[in-house]
Amino acid sequence: MALLKITSPHAHTAQSTASVMRLVLLATTPGLIALTLFFGWGSLINILLAGSVAVLCEAAVMRLRKRPVMFYLGDNSALVTAVLLGLALPPLAPWWVVVVGTSFAILIAKHLYGGLGYNPFNPAMVGYVVLLISFPVQMTAWPAPLPLYAEGVSPPGFLASLQIVLGLPGAGTVDAFTAATPLDTLRQNSGLLIAQLYEQDPLFNLARWAGAGWEWVNLGFLLGGCFLLYRRVFTWHGPVAMLASLSLCAALFYDGGSSASHGSPLMHLLSGGTMLGAFFILTDPVSSATSNRGRLIFGALIGALIFIIRSWGSYPDAVAFAVLLMNFAAPLIDNYTLPRTYGHKKSRRATEKKE
Amino acid sequence: MIELILQNPLIAALVALVGLALVFGAVLGFAAIKFRIEGDPIVQQIDELLPQTQCGQCGYPGCRPYAQAIANGDAINKCPPGGQSTINALATLLGVEAPSLDAEHGEENDVKTVAYIREDECIGCTKCIQACPVDAILGAAKMMHTVIASECTGCDLCVEPCPVDCIDMIPVPQGLSDWTWDMPPPAEEQIKAQRHPAEIIATDRGDKAA
Amino acid sequence: MRKVWDLIGGVHPPENKHQSVQLPIDVLPLPEKLVIPLNQHIGAPAKLLVANGDRVLKGQELAEPSGLVSVGVHAPTSGTISDISEYPIPHPSGMAARCITLIPDGKEQWIDHVGIDATYSFQDYSPAKLLEMIRHAGIAGLGGAGFPSAVKLSPRKTITTLIINGSECEPYITADDMLMRERAEAIVEGIQILSYILGGPEEVLIGIEDNKPEAHAALEPFVRDTHIQLVSFPTRYPSGGEKQLIQILTGREVPSGGLPADIGIVCQNVGTAFAVQKAIHFGEPLISRITTVTGRACSTNRNYEVLIGTPITHLLAHNGFDENNCSRLIMGGPMMGFTLTDLDIPVIKTTNCILAASWEEAPTPPPAQPCIRCGMCAEACPASLLPQQLFWYAQSHNHERLEAHNLFDCIECGACSYVCPSNIPLVQYYRASKGEIRKQAQEKIKSDRARARFEFQKARKEQEEMAKAAKREARKQAAEQAKTLSAGRGNKPQKNADMVKTAMARAAEHQASPAEQQARLERGIVRAESHLHTVEKRLETIRKEGTEQQQEQALAAVEDARRRLEDARSKRAQLNNTAGTSDTDKVMERLQASPRDTLEKKIASCKERIAVTRQKIVDSDDETLKAALTSGLEKQQAKLADAQQALAALPDNTPDTPVNQETTDAAANAIARAQARAAATRDLPAEEQLRQTVVALEGRIEKAKAKLDEARAGESEYVNALQAGLEKLQNKLLDAQQQLNTVTTQPSTVDDDTGDAASSAIARAQARVAELASMSEEDKLRETVASLKSRLEKARIKLREAEAERSEHVDSLRTAVEKLQVRLTEAEQQLAEYHP
Repeated sequence: MALLKITSPHAHTAQSTASVMRLVLLATTPGLIALTLFFGWGSLINILLAGSVAVLCEAAVMRLRKRPVMFYLGDNSALVTAVLLGLALPPLAPWWVVVVGTSFAILIAKHLYGGLGYNPFNPAMVGYVVLLISFPVQMTAWPAPLPLYAEGVSPPGFLASLQIVLGLPGAGTVDAFTAATPLDTLRQNSGLLIAQLYEQDPLFNLARWAGAGWEWVNLGFLLGGCFLLYRRVFTWHGPVAMLASLSLCAALFYDGGSSASHGSPLMHLLSGGTMLGAFFILTDPVSSATSNRGRLIFGALIGALIFIIRSWGSYPDAVAFAVLLMNFAAPLIDNYTLPRTYGHKKSRRATEKKE
Repeated sequence: MIELILQNPLIAALVALVGLALVFGAVLGFAAIKFRIEGDPIVQQIDELLPQTQCGQCGYPGCRPYAQAIANGDAINKCPPGGQSTINALATLLGVEAPSLDAEHGEENDVKTVAYIREDECIGCTKCIQACPVDAILGAAKMMHTVIASECTGCDLCVEPCPVDCIDMIPVPQGLSDWTWDMPPPAEEQIKAQRHPAEIIATDRGDKAA
Repeated sequence: MRKVWDLIGGVHPPENKHQSVQLPIDVLPLPEKLVIPLNQHIGAPAKLLVANGDRVLKGQELAEPSGLVSVGVHAPTSGTISDISEYPIPHPSGMAARCITLIPDGKEQWIDHVGIDATYSFQDYSPAKLLEMIRHAGIAGLGGAGFPSAVKLSPRKTITTLIINGSECEPYITADDMLMRERAEAIVEGIQILSYILGGPEEVLIGIEDNKPEAHAALEPFVRDTHIQLVSFPTRYPSGGEKQLIQILTGREVPSGGLPADIGIVCQNVGTAFAVQKAIHFGEPLISRITTVTGRACSTNRNYEVLIGTPITHLLAHNGFDENNCSRLIMGGPMMGFTLTDLDIPVIKTTNCILAASWEEAPTPPPAQPCIRCGMCAEACPASLLPQQLFWYAQSHNHERLEAHNLFDCIECGACSYVCPSNIPLVQYYRASKGEIRKQAQEKIKSDRARARFEFQKARKEQEEMAKAAKREARKQAAEQAKTLSAGRGNKPQKNADMVKTAMARAAEHQASPAEQQARLERGIVRAESHLHTVEKRLETIRKEGTEQQQEQALAAVEDARRRLEDARSKRAQLNNTAGTSDTDKVMERLQASPRDTLEKKIASCKERIAVTRQKIVDSDDETLKAALTSGLEKQQAKLADAQQALAALPDNTPDTPVNQETTDAAANAIARAQARAAATRDLPAEEQLRQTVVALEGRIEKAKAKLDEARAGESEYVNALQAGLEKLQNKLLDAQQQLNTVTTQPSTVDDDTGDAASSAIARAQARVAELASMSEEDKLRETVASLKSRLEKARIKLREAEAERSEHVDSLRTAVEKLQVRLTEAEQQLAEYHP
């Protein structure tokens, strides 16, 4: 009989990396639905395009590295990167933007560092930042949310969207549908009180809390995030710390809603990529801090950085930059936030020599 | 004097610079004495990492001389008894990239060995005793010699001088007490093994049948 | 309800306990044989007490503890010892160790054993006595690691809490559960004994997971009126780990690297408590235990009371084991158990479960995917480690970081591997890393020792070198002295002067300083004095009671001792007189003195000696001594006469120098001859040497025989002594002849007995060494090649013979031939390289 020598434990949970990744993909659906409802088919097209490019890139790299291709494709990690990038990109972005971003994320940000588990930076965010810096025009052309369309005008349908994305002759340009995002609007506001702005700008007066369409997209991601928390895919520490610190910063600088105000906490929480970042980006375990204490610090600093860049930086949204900056700091945070091990009086530092 | 200095910017600059140099020199000199670190000299630290077989395979007459040579810039991959782990440790210590073992000096042997004297063949020539760098061979002229196994470093320097070839290097047997788990094989090997499961099962079953 | 604390981390693997609790504990029929390993626990293996073929009784001690941390083993039933050798034992390595094989005779005949008398209770015994009984009952912790219980029960600190571990958190295992259900009363008594031994701790707690309500209910009535508390806590793996259970029940943590006793806690398994009760109450040693046999590859899942040493095959055979459905056979639970690679492995004291897992239960582990640092392992870790970081550093063999991340606080519970979505065998990484670190630490110790020894040797060699250099210096100085001396006597031929010089140098080398000489002589005198003293004492006693012969002997001894003392004294006196004139000078003096002087001196000394002897004869009152002395006197007188005659014969006017020259020449010649002979001897092959020895010996024997005859004729008292000497010489001659024979007949008698072979090997090697010493480098190489060739030829012939005879040595001979060939080619190459 084949009696094999196998190390304990001999039992194992049914959970696998692939299933974790599938859960993450599943959890993006509420956000994706909201994006599609309010901003048209663009995001879906982005995701499909990015997904196929990512899988192709991953397979090519695995072939080049002489690794078993199907085995590594099976972990779904490339797909997750692609979907997150696709969700972050403006809907109706030209196809080459998506392709460049995705392949940069997979080839450079992931595999040049050693592949899954070895990348120090979140690949999706690296791809996003590269695009934002290289193609600022395309990257800031967000379509207007559905409620803002004039009577009788309707957003492009699926085929029309596809034509726009592929840049086919005869299709309109994206410019016909773009509008400022709430964060843009707030940045450019110089004379109006927040209350006045909310009253005058349709982007706000058609919305319930923060910005037409945007609030629902963020709520969608919040819902997905809560699902992942419930399924224990990640711990609460990172997202909660980030949201709390962002709200705190916003509250501190709300300035009673004056014209110099940087917006209310609610408006910050439900605008831009806040919820996507909180639950899907900074929870990327590979590039974030390791311990729970570390994740609290990591999340809180990201929250603060987001607010700083949004308020005083030259970019209207800042999730990508904040996350990448903190990716740099993760090893340092790890060094000082080792948990206290059973039987030890206090925690040690990772670089500490013999006790 | 002061006026001259003030009026002459060149001299003023010169005086200022010299003054600064003196002050900082004094501070640095003071710091060098006050905060002097009595660290291990680097040779000592390198010597700590070497396996102390004193086998001379590196081309130096012992570990300490090789440590000295490394400190003077010799390559760190000349120690077969230490193998890759020693090279890695040295690389970490010296902050350099870890090269692989220089095959010119020998190959790494996973199995530790000790010298064993076939005692009924020993003629008592004491040649091996003189060759042993750690005094691990016991004996006197015209008397049978024997190896103190616990002190033998397995350098095999005693094998060559023996005129009757009665010294063997035998592998140290592994006992229950020093058995340890091996590192798991890399995933690629596992995948390969799973891709051809027929072979494995066949061999295992075959063993049983045999 | 007592407060319980939360377990940090932990997992909820499927329990799978219901299968094996349906049926009560059963007893199996006796197996055909029992294999009992000598080491079933942590610590030193037990020391064997029985021999092969012994008949033993049930409960008889087969091996006793060797050392403090060791446990004995006992015969599980009566029978015969059939074998004591290495067999595979239950160990993750699958290695073999010494085991006793016992063939049961089926009589189950107990050895005499007594527990505490039924009329007494254990409180009537001292804890030390009870501990001794436990130690002799061979009880080791039945929970997991098998730490000797007696050691654990004699902690150095005061114990405030005794914890009885009934947690049994591993899936599948129900041995403790069933034991608690069925033997609750005995367990409680065992706990009371343990508590008594530990000096009555404030708290005695039994910790049981809340998935065992039946066990809880079974124990409840027996603990109701005692100080023992039953504590139930939520089921979560690994709550049964000692450290974890302590944390759950007391909220305290065992310090890293420490023992529970350090915080006043002792933890024992319920099975151990039961075994202790059996040992104390009935005097029965630990010869059986409860073991769960479970898993879907077995059709029956239940618990058995199994004799220690029962082969697993026997257990499985009674449970409908389906080999083909079994993916792996595990001893212990699915979380921490290890796989068995041999079905004949026996049950030992720590075997709580045999899990025959089916392919569904334990499929082949999928290949590990990359770690995505998801942190699920860190959530599950009961020791609050960061398994993902440990894995990272284990992969890169970064031992420093591993230790900084507290690798050694890992209890290897497997919770991290259990939850890992990438299927990484984390625990194996940690075990391998721990092994590496331990090994490295040991190697460090060893290398430090090697360094110390090496450095010591170096220092010693330097010292020797220095001493040699000093000697060389001294020799040089002596040579210089001689030069000046010979320069003073310029008319001497240079060659002779050189000879003298070297002789002097050699003398100087051996010469100690006058002070040293003086000291040596003083020591000699003291020794001689004390010797004389003892000899005189002996004489006293012999005079009183000894025979005449003895008296004579003693007397002679006293005389001898006196003489020696005198010698030593006179030498000292001489030294004091001639302090400063060294041996060298004496040599020179003697060499340069004229024959006349020499003879005159000789005459003087003879006269002196005669005078002394005469005095002695007068002093002596012993007849035999007197006779001996008289004969000596006569000889001396004869010598004196000779010398006087020679002096008379010497021409008075002989010029000093030529004679002198002659003598010096003679001396030099003698030295040269001796050297030449030594060189010749060195250069001669062993055979020739031996032959010469034989010739020399024959000559000496001839002389000795002549002397003996003379003595016999003269009826000398030395006959006996001479006879003995002759015999000795004859023996020597025989030896030498024999040696010569072996040497000459060597080539044809290779296969003689080892004694001959050894001595001939020595002779040959010596001969070779001598030859080599006198050869040039090239000659040496040539010689090596030639000898290798001949050896190769011989080896080949032998090999052919062996092959023809199909001898079992063929393989070894073949390798020998190959080896020789390699060496030959090497030598030839060397020779070739040497030529240009």
